Amino acid sequence: MQFSEVLIMALAAIRANKLRSILTLLGIVVGVFSIIAVMTALQVLQNSIESGLSQLGAHTFQIQKMPVMSGREKWLKALKRKDITQMQAQRLKERMILAGLFSVEAWGDVQTVQSGSIKTNPNVGVVGEEPIGVAANNWIVKEGRSLSENDIQNSAYVAILGDDVARKVFPHGSAVGSIARIGNNRYTVIGVFEPKGNALGGNSDNFVVLPLSTFLQEYGKKRSLNIMIQAKNAETYEECMEEARNNLRTIRKVPPGDEDDFTLFSNDSLISTFNDFTIYVKLGVGFISFISLLAAGVGIMNIMLVSVTERTKEIGIRKAIGARRANILGQFIVEAVVLCQIGGIFGIIIGILGGNIAAIAFHMPAVFPVDWALIGFAITTLVGVIFGVYPAWKASNLDPIEALRFE
Amino acid sequence: MSIIIRLAGITKVYQVGDESVHALDGINLSVEKNEYVAIMGPSGSGKSTLMNIVGCLDTPTSGLYELNGTNVSEMNDNQLAKVRNKEIGFVFQTFNLLARSDILHNVELPLIYGGISSSERKHMAREAIARVGLSDRIHHKPNELSGGQRQRVAIARALVTKPSILLADEPTGNLDSKTGNDIMALFDTLHKEGNTIVLVTHEEDIAEHAHREIRLRDGKVERDEPVKNRRIVQASSNVGVA
Ligand SMILES: Nc1ncnc2c1ncn2[C@@H]1O[C@H](COP(=O)(O)OP(=O)(O)O)[C@@H](O)[C@H]1O
Ligand SMILES: [Mg+2]
Repeated sequence: MQFSEVLIMALAAIRANKLRSILTLLGIVVGVFSIIAVMTALQVLQNSIESGLSQLGAHTFQIQKMPVMSGREKWLKALKRKDITQMQAQRLKERMILAGLFSVEAWGDVQTVQSGSIKTNPNVGVVGEEPIGVAANNWIVKEGRSLSENDIQNSAYVAILGDDVARKVFPHGSAVGSIARIGNNRYTVIGVFEPKGNALGGNSDNFVVLPLSTFLQEYGKKRSLNIMIQAKNAETYEECMEEARNNLRTIRKVPPGDEDDFTLFSNDSLISTFNDFTIYVKLGVGFISFISLLAAGVGIMNIMLVSVTERTKEIGIRKAIGARRANILGQFIVEAVVLCQIGGIFGIIIGILGGNIAAIAFHMPAVFPVDWALIGFAITTLVGVIFGVYPAWKASNLDPIEALRFE
Repeated sequence: MSIIIRLAGITKVYQVGDESVHALDGINLSVEKNEYVAIMGPSGSGKSTLMNIVGCLDTPTSGLYELNGTNVSEMNDNQLAKVRNKEIGFVFQTFNLLARSDILHNVELPLIYGGISSSERKHMAREAIARVGLSDRIHHKPNELSGGQRQRVAIARALVTKPSILLADEPTGNLDSKTGNDIMALFDTLHKEGNTIVLVTHEEDIAEHAHREIRLRDGKVERDEPVKNRRIVQASSNVGVA
């Protein structure tokens, strides 16, 4: 007996009991949906983080006072750390041998940007940068020019605007050469950045870059600086990170054996931090899905048992005209499996759609997690087999004459 | 002539509570190729029990059953399924068609279990349906057919595998007498074409179609003799025995 025959019979039986089939499917759909939706959303998040981090550029790492993606407790503890000062940064720079690029930047203030009567919300990030920092952040100036050493030395009141800011405040014509009011001062706009899109829910085009010296002058020297270091090449990357860590520990007088009082992170370490975090989410979702698939499986078994009883006569007829045990067994298992797989496919489809709501929210391209779709499909198949076997076995063991007598 | 069925000392005992019902009580009989046998007897005499055993749907409590020289009593489940599929065509009083499947699929089904390829199967099924005169109903469901037509479908299904023997347990029992006559005319034709037929009935005029009549009483063969006044009937209308 060919498999296609078994499949046709199974589909016919499922179609004959549409409503019951649909109700049975629901459990499977929900179980698979929850796996697929969460995995898809996590994939979107991961892509978002990776694309956000790729702004750091190749073999680049960053040092800052506060931890990245930490729990509240760790964060509160880190608040007590000493700031990373300009002095420390300067001394680190002098000691570094393996660093190709070394730049210092300062983040942390939000301001209103204004030109004439048009102004932004008071949420534009203000960043102090050195000329090489602009490049190290992978910011591309699409119009005008970037920062120069002169701007730093003179603490010039110049600014490069993020794309969103430029378009908001200077809707007509070019912003370059105009005067923009940022906070309490007036700056000459020297350039506009290319748009980056949003990463991690934040808007990475809603910011302005000032010369670091100007920034510190305006917003106070008492703030912790970020240090961005690019290794000379990929081979010395790890070594370069170690060099930076050891030197900064010495500079900040961290006793041997104590943990770092600063955070050194790279694209890779951030991704692994993210993955550490998501493992719990994955475990949780895995558990919930497991429970709901278990419940769905028991539901399937129940339905199949009812179906076997209802179709006792049919089984008797089939046996009377020559169906073997294996034929009946196969027929009912395939029926359960196909039923589950139909539910699984629905679950996968709406799971991927649901998970990609995250992609819309983060303005990321949609993802199609092929691996999880396949895993989801395999799991539903397995559920079908596991919970279909017993009813099918019962059906196949019916005595032909007794089954025929059944009314 | 070759012996198709040989029964020796067949008994069937049903245990109902602490009472034993001897449905069959030592049956000895043989059926040869191209015989046309009617099994008669009052209700409860064991006719169906006997047919079910001969049809390999049921197993005797004791005794020997040989089908085409092979001992059926020693067969396992799969071998029995194969015998039911290939050697036996069973026609039931209540038709026993799959309600959800159309005529073609119903008739095809034994061939599906027989592992016949799809194209060959369709061809054979259409041929069998043509022989019972239902070619124009091929895609109808059983509930769209009359009782007589359903029984024709069941006969086509029994015929389609070209079995060694056709068994029919009261095939006209659920039909009016005119339709019953048509069905009997069909059996007569099938017999003329070389089929071996054993049918159960409790109506004398149905039994008169056969060449040999076996009477059962209380699970025993009471009489086994040729039919004297054979009835040669024509189909009452053009039911198209192709
Ligand atoms: N499954 C069964 N359980 C118990 N007794 C049965 C069963 N099937 C048949 N019998 C008994 O066996 C006897 C023969 O029955 P059956 O072969 O159906 O008779 P018939 O077909 O000649 O009317 C009857 O007494 C009937 O009650
Ligand atoms: Mg009977």
